[in-house]
Amino acid sequence: MSTESLLTLEKISKVFSRGTVDEVKALDSINLVVRAEDYITVIGSNGAGKTTMLNVVGGVFPPEKGGKIIVDGADITNLSEYKHATYVGRVYQDPNIGTAAKMTIEENLAMAVLRGKSRGLRAASNKKRREEFRQALAPLKLGLEDRLNTLVGTLSSGQRQAVALVMSTISRPALLLLDEHSANLDPRTAQIVLELTEMIVKREKITTLMVTHNMELALRYGNRLIMMHEGRIVVDLNQEQRTGLTINDLITAFERASGSKFSDDEVLLKG
Amino acid sequence: MDVAGSILFFSFYEGLVFGLVAIGVYLTLRVLAFPDLTVDGSYTLGGAVAAVLIVAGVNPFLASLAAIGAGFCAGLLTGILNTKLRIPALLAGILMMVGLYSINLRIMSGANVSLLREVTSFDIIADLFGMRAGSIGVSIILALAIAAAVFFVLNWFLRTEIGLSLRATGDNEQMVRSLGGDTDKNVLLGCAISNGLVGLAGAIVAQGQGFADVGMGIGMIVMGLASVIIGEALFRPKGVARLLVAAVGGAFAYRLFITIALRMGMAPGDLKLITAVLVVIALAIPYIRKKVRREWIPPAVRW
Ligand SMILES: Nc1ncnc2c1ncn2[C@@H]1O[C@H](COP(=O)(O)OP(=O)(O)OP(=O)(O)O)[C@@H](O)[C@H]1O
Ligand SMILES: [Mg+2]
Repeated sequence: MSTESLLTLEKISKVFSRGTVDEVKALDSINLVVRAEDYITVIGSNGAGKTTMLNVVGGVFPPEKGGKIIVDGADITNLSEYKHATYVGRVYQDPNIGTAAKMTIEENLAMAVLRGKSRGLRAASNKKRREEFRQALAPLKLGLEDRLNTLVGTLSSGQRQAVALVMSTISRPALLLLDEHSANLDPRTAQIVLELTEMIVKREKITTLMVTHNMELALRYGNRLIMMHEGRIVVDLNQEQRTGLTINDLITAFERASGSKFSDDEVLLKG
Repeated sequence: MDVAGSILFFSFYEGLVFGLVAIGVYLTLRVLAFPDLTVDGSYTLGGAVAAVLIVAGVNPFLASLAAIGAGFCAGLLTGILNTKLRIPALLAGILMMVGLYSINLRIMSGANVSLLREVTSFDIIADLFGMRAGSIGVSIILALAIAAAVFFVLNWFLRTEIGLSLRATGDNEQMVRSLGGDTDKNVLLGCAISNGLVGLAGAIVAQGQGFADVGMGIGMIVMGLASVIIGEALFRPKGVARLLVAAVGGAFAYRLFITIALRMGMAPGDLKLITAVLVVIALAIPYIRKKVRREWIPPAVRW
């Protein structure tokens, strides 16, 4: 494993509805150094700021002044969302967000394959690209490689999420952000999607942040685990530190670090 | 020529010209999911620009190109109001439509410009083919050539990388951004192309009827919508090429209904009601079809 930093977050804060009664400090001066090829699982109770952190890295909104996001040596703090996409691939909890329903599998992948490249007046797809798409879909073993002309809206949500996963990685972004991307799926499909994720991340050597509510998954996958609480990273365990840990150990670690009682049942139950 | 034949030919010509408006509406409403009401203004704008330039002695084809440019700019501005100032699409279109009314009066220095004594694109085509000026054949040749060119260019463009990105923007904007597509730019481009086509239609109609008038665009958006919806109901199109054909086909069917209604003695004042009823019927057909087949019916859109 390389030791160079692929993603650096410096003093990242995010305040919503500033100056109103609804003011929320969703992120509170987060510092994080992610090494190339790290596969980090992220857990934390509802409202801890996990999604907000991914949104800031993905460029959906900028962090508060003073914060800095560096990916692969490039400062992308103030770039607009579509420019963040050059570096960052994302899969969302809802497969509807990651795919376009009224377009075919081929058209969706044709969009995805141009991440980080300029879009011009060449044909969006051609024989060579179709072959590339088939090869990317075949390892899913869902038969989608033979259904390039199928509208994505007619696929099941598991199939759609699998397509979304391929779309987020086909152009090999430096960084992959997964936000509870298996949470809405039935257990068997969730299992397939997680295994596909593992396979693609290992094969393409993509640095990955995976948010999950499931502590068991957080321990099983990846090589590093961070826990968030009230907009801060309160626990950060490397591979060595987390081997052999049980869910109960994690809860204890959480309570010690955050100074509050662990009370989120969902963390144990949801996928 | 018998009555039925003349009705058909005339509707065919009108279908082709207003098909440009329909394609414009199809581009914004269906491709971009952007309900753009600029159309009433940009149609007149195209007519006004072309008429004024022709009177000033500019070649009518160049004047028509200028009309495309004017419509393009109007659409661009609507897109900017929406994407940069975050004004809701409907409101942005209405503001542009209202603003363009005054601009069109300024351009024409009055409520209308006559082209009766000028050489128009129609006259040039008539000369070229040695046909009688003002005959329906000339009109059809010109309209067919333009509609075919627009069809081929758009059918190609919408399959390019930029075109695909534009279509995806109307489907899932969030996804397009997360894949590196500039959705604001796509909206600007889509609105601009759409209104460019509408401006071209205005320019052709002004030359065909021999004048541009500040009120000529009133109701164009409704006609465009009606054409798109009727086209979809009649042809149930799938894929870029068929959708484009359906828009023109819808315009043809719509003009045919209207012309027949007029021939049957309905007053011009009744046309608005006929249009409304036609659209309701066209919208009801897919609903009834699904109801009969017990298919799932999506809830009504509320924008
Ligand atoms: N767009 C927004 N506007 C206002 N407040 C927001 C917004 N997004 C998030 N928040 C607030 O920021 C806090 C953190 O939310 P976030 O979605 O990051 O939590 P999370 O860790 O992803 O939680 P969950 O596990 O429930 O998904 C919450 O209090 C939330 O209400
Ligand atoms: Mg979340």
